[in-house]
This record gives sequence, C-alpha cells and structure tokens, in this order.
Amino acid sequence: MGWRLPLRTALWTLRGKQPKATADMVRELSHRREVYSAVPCHLHIFPILKRLQSSEPERACSQNMDEEMNDFMGRKVSYSSQMCFIPEESTNSVPCYRLLSTHGDLLDPSSINELDKELCIEMYRKMVTLQVMDTIFYDAQRQGRISFYVTTIGEEAINIGSAAALNATDVVFSQYREPGVLMWRGFTLQQFANQCYGNEYDLGKGRQMPVHYGSNELNYLTVSSPIATQVPQAVGAAYGLKMDKKDACAVTYFGDGGTSEGDFHAGMNFAAVLGAPVLFICRNNGWAISTPTSEQFRSDGVAIKGQAYGVRSIRVDGNDALAVYFAVKNARKMAVEEFRPILIEALTYRVGHHSTSDDSSKYRSVDEIEYWRTRRDPVARLRMFLQSNRWWDDENEDLLRQDLRTQMMSVLHNAESKKKPGLSNLFEDVYDVIPQNLKEQEQETQAIVGKYPKDYPSDVPLD
Amino acid sequence: MRAPPSTVRASKLVTNAVAVKSETASIAATKSGHELLLFEALREGLEEEMERDPRVCVLGEDVGHYGGSYKVTKGLAEKFGDLRVLDTPIAENSFTGMAVGAAMTGLRPIVEGMNMGFLLLAYNQISNNCGMLHYTSGGQFTIPVVIRGPGGVGRQLGAEHSQRLESYFQSVPGLQMVACSTPYNAKGLMKAAIRSENPVILCEHVLLYNLKERIPDEEYVCCLERAELVRPGKDVTILTYSRMRHHVLQAAKSLINKGYDPEIIDIISLKPFDLHTIGNSIKKTHKVLIVEECMRTGGIGASLRASIMDNFWDYLDAPIMCLSSQDVPTPYAGTLEEATVVQPPQIVKAIKQLCG
Repeated sequence: MGWRLPLRTALWTLRGKQPKATADMVRELSHRREVYSAVPCHLHIFPILKRLQSSEPERACSQNMDEEMNDFMGRKVSYSSQMCFIPEESTNSVPCYRLLSTHGDLLDPSSINELDKELCIEMYRKMVTLQVMDTIFYDAQRQGRISFYVTTIGEEAINIGSAAALNATDVVFSQYREPGVLMWRGFTLQQFANQCYGNEYDLGKGRQMPVHYGSNELNYLTVSSPIATQVPQAVGAAYGLKMDKKDACAVTYFGDGGTSEGDFHAGMNFAAVLGAPVLFICRNNGWAISTPTSEQFRSDGVAIKGQAYGVRSIRVDGNDALAVYFAVKNARKMAVEEFRPILIEALTYRVGHHSTSDDSSKYRSVDEIEYWRTRRDPVARLRMFLQSNRWWDDENEDLLRQDLRTQMMSVLHNAESKKKPGLSNLFEDVYDVIPQNLKEQEQETQAIVGKYPKDYPSDVPLD
Repeated sequence: MRAPPSTVRASKLVTNAVAVKSETASIAATKSGHELLLFEALREGLEEEMERDPRVCVLGEDVGHYGGSYKVTKGLAEKFGDLRVLDTPIAENSFTGMAVGAAMTGLRPIVEGMNMGFLLLAYNQISNNCGMLHYTSGGQFTIPVVIRGPGGVGRQLGAEHSQRLESYFQSVPGLQMVACSTPYNAKGLMKAAIRSENPVILCEHVLLYNLKERIPDEEYVCCLERAELVRPGKDVTILTYSRMRHHVLQAAKSLINKGYDPEIIDIISLKPFDLHTIGNSIKKTHKVLIVEECMRTGGIGASLRASIMDNFWDYLDAPIMCLSSQDVPTPYAGTLEEATVVQPPQIVKAIKQLCG
C-alpha cells in the first residue's frame, strides 16, 4: 500500500471533527459537483505523516530502488522492489476551472480587460434565445403540436460558450443536447421549428425525430440517436483534416453516460495514437436518464480518464459561460497547432427531464431540480455578471425575452402551416440514385395510399 | 446506383461485367494483359484508385507496413504514407465509425476487416450510421465508404472465422453489397465500389485470394449492380456467387458431359439483386437452382428465392431449388467442415433432380 494508507489514517485522526474521510468527501463532492480549484488540504500535515509511517525504512512508490531503467516498447520503465498499487482514486479531485463565482462576480477582477464586451453580450443573448426556444418547444410538445422534444435547460453555457470559441469551419459531431452550437452558427428559429415539425422545409426532409438537426452548410453533422457513435466519427473527420492540413478541428459532444460506451474508449484511444486534432467535450450533467453518475462510473468524473489514453484534459465549470469559452478556445489552439486531442469535462446539471418522454421527478428529488434551476442557472449567472458591469439591464432583458416569445410564436405557426414532404421523399436518398426495387415499392405505396386515402394522413402529398 | 443496362462512364474505360465466354476466362479475347492472383488484383484496383484520387484512404488492422493479413495492401503504406494507409488499434466499431465520419467530411475511406466476422463489432456503426445518415440528413451528407474483408468458410479456421456476413447485412437499408469471385471482377468491383457515392460492402472469400487469372492491362471498372453471365445455356439457370461459382463450374463439367446445358450466372450484386439479368435467364430456362455458402435460414438464397417468386412466378416450371450450408456453426474438424459447404456432386445431383 505504500505511504497512502498512513496518509488516510492521518487525515482521519487529525480531522477527527470532520464527519467524512477524504475518500468519501471526494465521492460526495463529485456527486454534488462542487469541486473548485483548491490547495490540497492535507499538505500541512506532511511532517506528521512521517511519524505515522511504518517502522520500515523510508520508501515512496516513486523512488527507484533499482537503478536499472529499461526501454520497454518505447517507454522507459523503472523498477522498484516496493510493491505499490496505484490507488483507485487520487486524494484530490481534478480541480475545476472557473472565472465567475456562482453570483456572477469575476474571481479575478483584473481579467475584465481580457473580455470582449460585445462577445459577452452576444453570448448572453444566444443563451437566452436557447432558453426561450426550449421552453416554448417543450410546451408545444405538451400541447401535442410536436411529437417529441429534448431540452438543453441548464446547459446553455456549455452550448454557447463552446460554440463561440470554435471557428465556423470546425466540424461538429453532437449527441442531441447541443442545439446551441447550431444556433450560434446561424441556424434560425424557423429552421429549428421546421425540423421539429418535419415539414417540407426541413433540411432532413422529415426523416428524423425532432431535435435531430443537421446542416452541411454550418458544418454540424446530422444528429444520430445512438449514444457515443459520433465520437469515433469525429476522430475520423479530424484524421481527414490532419491529412489535408486544414486549420480546423473536429469537435464532439457527449454526456457522462456516453463515456461508458465502447465507442468513447476507442475514439479517445485512437485520437491519441493518431494525433488527431479533435476536441472531446463531455457535458457531465449528473444524469443519464435515471442513472446518476455515481452509478455510471467509479472514477473521479471524466477528466481523469484523459491521462489513461494519453489525452490532455481539463475539468471546467460548465455553468460558467466565460470559463467554458476560454477553456475551449485554448483547447482548440492546442488541438490544431499541436495535432493532439483534448478532453474537456464540463460539470453541469440537467435541469430538464431527459426528454419529453421522461418524468425525472420519478427518480430524483424535485428540490434538487429546483435548486439547480433557480440558484445555479448559467443564464442568470452571466446576466448578473453583465449587469454588475452595466453591460446589460432589466430593460434590455424584458425587450429581448418579449421579442423572442413573439418570434417563437410566429415561427411555430409558420412551421405548423407548411406541408409535409411528399411521399417520394420516403424512397429518395436511401441511395444516391433510386434503384429499381425501391421504385417498385414506391409505386406500390402510392397505389395503396391513393386507393385508401382515408386510412392515411391527409397532409402528406402523394408526389 | 445506375439503372441496369448502362455502361460505366469515362473515355478510356473498358466496361465489362457480362462475360460471354468459356467457363474459365471472363474477359474478351486478348493476348495481352497480365496474370495475377486475386489478392494482387484487389491491390491493383486499390492502388490505381488511390493514385487517381487523393481522398482515397485505407483503414484497418495491420494494413500498413504489415501489408494486411491477406497482403491486399502490401506496399501501399510505403507508397502513400502512414496516414493514407492507416494502422488502427483493435476497435472495429471505432475505425468503422472513423471511416463514416471521415467520409461525411470529404474522404473516401476503405475499411478492411481482418475477417468479415470481426465486422460484427462494427455492426452498430454500419447499420445505424453508415446505412442511414445519407437518408436522415436529407441527403446533406454522403458516406462513400467501402467496407471489405475476407469471409466465408476457409480451411479449418474455426467457427468464429468462418462466417457469412452477407446475409446479416443484406437487410440494412442504404447499403450496397457485392461479392467478388475472380481476379477480373475483384479488381473491377473494388474500383467501382470506391467510386460509388453509396456505402458498399465488398465481400471477398478467404479461399479465393490465390486464384490466378489473366486480366486486361487497360483500365476497366465493373458495374456494381450487374450480374455476370458465366456460361450461357438453356436447360436450367444456376445462380451463385463467390466461391460457390467455382464449385458450380466444376459441377458443370460433369453436367455437360452428361448432356445438360446449364446457364450459369454469378449474381455479383447481393444487394440489390440484378433481376434484369436473372429474369432474362429464367424466362429462357424456366428452372432455377441457387447455390450458396450462406446458411439455409435467412441467407442470400432465401431472399433471392422470394425475389424471384415475386417477379417471375409465371415463368417457373418447377420450385426454386436452393443449396446452402446448414444452420450450424462451422466446425473445426476438416471432414465436418467440408460437409457444411455445398460440394460439386451435390450440385450435379440437384440439377438431375430439377431437370430430370
């Protein structure tokens, strides 16, 4: 066990009044996701540590007892006759980078000079837009106007903060809770609505569920539901960018649940081996439908996994839009200039239900949801920062929200009134040119629908 | 895909998917040309396409300096570099996913499965993404990947390495599938598959890699949707593909001696079927025998039978016969293994039964 056992014992004894030991403390803190950058708390007890060590001669795991260092498949391996197991968790949780306090105060006031006022305001406006769009679409689903919806409530800072830090040519492979990235790039509210209604103006031609957006023009790949399949795809795109030596990177988003999939492991591993310029952005929002992170993995979150693959990583406060922005900006620079993947774990909370097919009050307390919704809202946090610097005020806020609601109502009405794509869209794009067997199937379908129109939806044109 | 009887474009190309010759040669008579083995033909096709289009790249385990487990990519890494011929870690789902992502953003990757059976691990990416994303994105993103690898029953490779995945993939919408059987069509299909905008699965057979044939020197591309008329005849239509083509040809020697005149068609395109060529043959002979290596249940033969009955029922004088492997995993013992693969004497007996 080396010296780690005495260390823990030391902490337990010295901090006798503390209700929890370090290991438990770390576990609970990471569950509550309130880990800040901190000086390791046990450092001051090192002198005492020595006295508590066993009577054996002083040996730490890292000291070489044997001077021989062997070259083993390209790595230098040093030997030790001290049997030492790497502990399953380190004493300190990975520190979490943030720039704003929970109440929107800059932790380092002088850094205001590095901030671009217009950019901050634009980020805030987009975060509000995302919040309003989500609220209205969610209500529309509840009223039966659209069939399904997935909200991003609580994760606006990750969406907009990361999007603002990327270039328009960076290719995005998202999971399904990142419409803000598309929004930042210029996807209009009308386009979002058209996809949710699956009307003839939907770029996906009515073939996918709501929120499965995709836009070739905006370099945002069409969302595919299976979890984490986009991770190796992003690595593939990065491989292409590396071959072509483009000044762009690939970016992929996934949740805490997605890190359990085999594709995540394989994608990370391969990106490191290949030196692919790709950003892995994990939205650790605490829940994978009803599975909390404590049942998803036993590691210290996701950032720690980076080193296992040889990937540089950072943990960032996902509800701090400015921190997300700067972390992604720097990560992007490293990825593109040094041809390396970067893992970013953004800690946040999924305020909404998993989707409109879920009622999360069944597996988590309403108090917990309310706490995060009201007291840890990323949108409110940025607003407090902006207002305290007089970059924003209540009047702007009211105007913005009012304007957005009006726009959304009109957008919904427009999308609803449009026709659905015609029946021929059922058979096109399966291949580049429609083959004979599909042509026959199309004719059969048209004949049946034409013969029994009352048994089929009336708003689907036969052509 | 193009509608059946069209020929492949480009000025200098010699197109030929329909061979009207003796059983062994499958090209128009030429004294020039060069002889090579099937795996070399695949390599030649691959190399030509990689030279022609810088976006073509290969991903797979040991495809780089090792040259591939069946040497199909030998020498290519030295020629095109480590990035274009990429060695991957052992994660089929990962590198197939990579290929899908790379294809959607502009490359034309070829994924090599060391054995087709391993691609079962990539089934999620192949079915959920490769086949679907062109459709679900409304046509915005294309996925011009080629997924290839050796399949079929070899010589005592054990159950896991003796699978016929063509039947597993044939239902996946959005995929095209072809099976090569000679050096000529191996090279032509490889080139056609790489140039196709659709995801194509190229099924190779583990025992055919050392087949030798003389192929043209000039460039040619086969048609992905066209079956190959190997031997014209009038008594019965024998439909087959991959290694079974050669078993059928062997049986044909005996059949011809006995006075039968079988028409042998190598169906080449497993998805979709070339019902035009097959239909013309059935209208002539009125009897069909399908010879395949796939399992009896849910194999290529099963769906081909259904297709033929749907389209050519009126032309049939007898029920469609189908010779396939039994629904068992392939055993290791050589004698048992041989019993799971359709052999020439079985084919002769079936024809006798069908034709009288």
